[in-house]
Amino acid sequence: MNTGVVVFPGTWSDRDCAHAVGDILEQPVRYVDHRERRLDGLELVILPGGFSYGDYLRCGAIARFAPVMEAVTDFANRGGLVLGICNGFQILQEARLLPGALLRNASCEFRCEWVNLRVEQSGSAFTQDCRPGQVLRIPISHGEGNFFADPDTLDALERNSQVVFRYCAPDGRLTADANPNGSLGNIAGIANARGNVVGMMPHPERACEPLLGGVDGLAVFRSAIHALNRVAV
Amino acid sequence: MFRAEVFVTLKPVVNDPAGLTIRSGLHALGFESVTDVRAGKYLVLTLDAPDAAQARERLDAMARQLLANAVIEDYRIELQPEPAALSPSPLMGDSRGPSPSPLAGEGRGGGS
Repeated sequence: MNTGVVVFPGTWSDRDCAHAVGDILEQPVRYVDHRERRLDGLELVILPGGFSYGDYLRCGAIARFAPVMEAVTDFANRGGLVLGICNGFQILQEARLLPGALLRNASCEFRCEWVNLRVEQSGSAFTQDCRPGQVLRIPISHGEGNFFADPDTLDALERNSQVVFRYCAPDGRLTADANPNGSLGNIAGIANARGNVVGMMPHPERACEPLLGGVDGLAVFRSAIHALNRVAV
Repeated sequence: MFRAEVFVTLKPVVNDPAGLTIRSGLHALGFESVTDVRAGKYLVLTLDAPDAAQARERLDAMARQLLANAVIEDYRIELQPEPAALSPSPLMGDSRGPSPSPLAGEGRGGGS
């Protein structure tokens, strides 16, 4: 799985993503500078977490206009796999590759903790190795992850099974207590209609080895590998 | 030259936790008469344009493309000639007071 990890000024999770994909899963990976305009040879593009451009104006608002984003948009429209994590999710929404927006956490606090995610569907490129209802333990680390969409958009997301992950209790129940940021419908991650672009607030790259407290994040990256193999066959 | 003030606010249907927190802070200080606070952004732009209509058109485009996110925010633009460029312009009128300038306008962000 030829993977590119995009680095904007202020990105902070790029090394963690490259470590997960390159060192742990032993897949070829390279960093993609925000000024690059070509993504030749890549099969997966990750927009990692961080504070691109200092989060000025709005999270992801400036990154969306970086030269690389034109190439990312073309790549996504051609069916390439794109995973936006945390700030990467915010950038995908600003770029209109995913619907909705991420507001300030309802608590107004930056939340950095382990959460439980219920996999809502295994049709997306990043959940093919999971079964619906499976609970993954993955950490979050954000101040603005409060998923919002207008009622029509939310309806469409639900109807088309584009909700990929929801915050849940350890047993999979959707409760208000399990929702760390006030997201509508406990939504933690969504896909585009085609399923090749996914944005999620939790950090799967930080849950890929026992040393870090868990390995549930591996399922997200392994799913992408299998999705690509399936296309290749 | 024109001076534009752009006010970006969350749409009324969007919850504003920052505003709620500020309100509870005001209540804690004894300002219990405050029933609502909405927080937003205030931007001041200085720009060159041949006339007010074209300045406004450009500002609308800027607000739609970058300054506001139409999914969650509304914006309002107030436009006036840059003070340094003050001249007997019909645009100024009596709009220096608190009354809204005839150039003021509102945008709903356009698009979806």
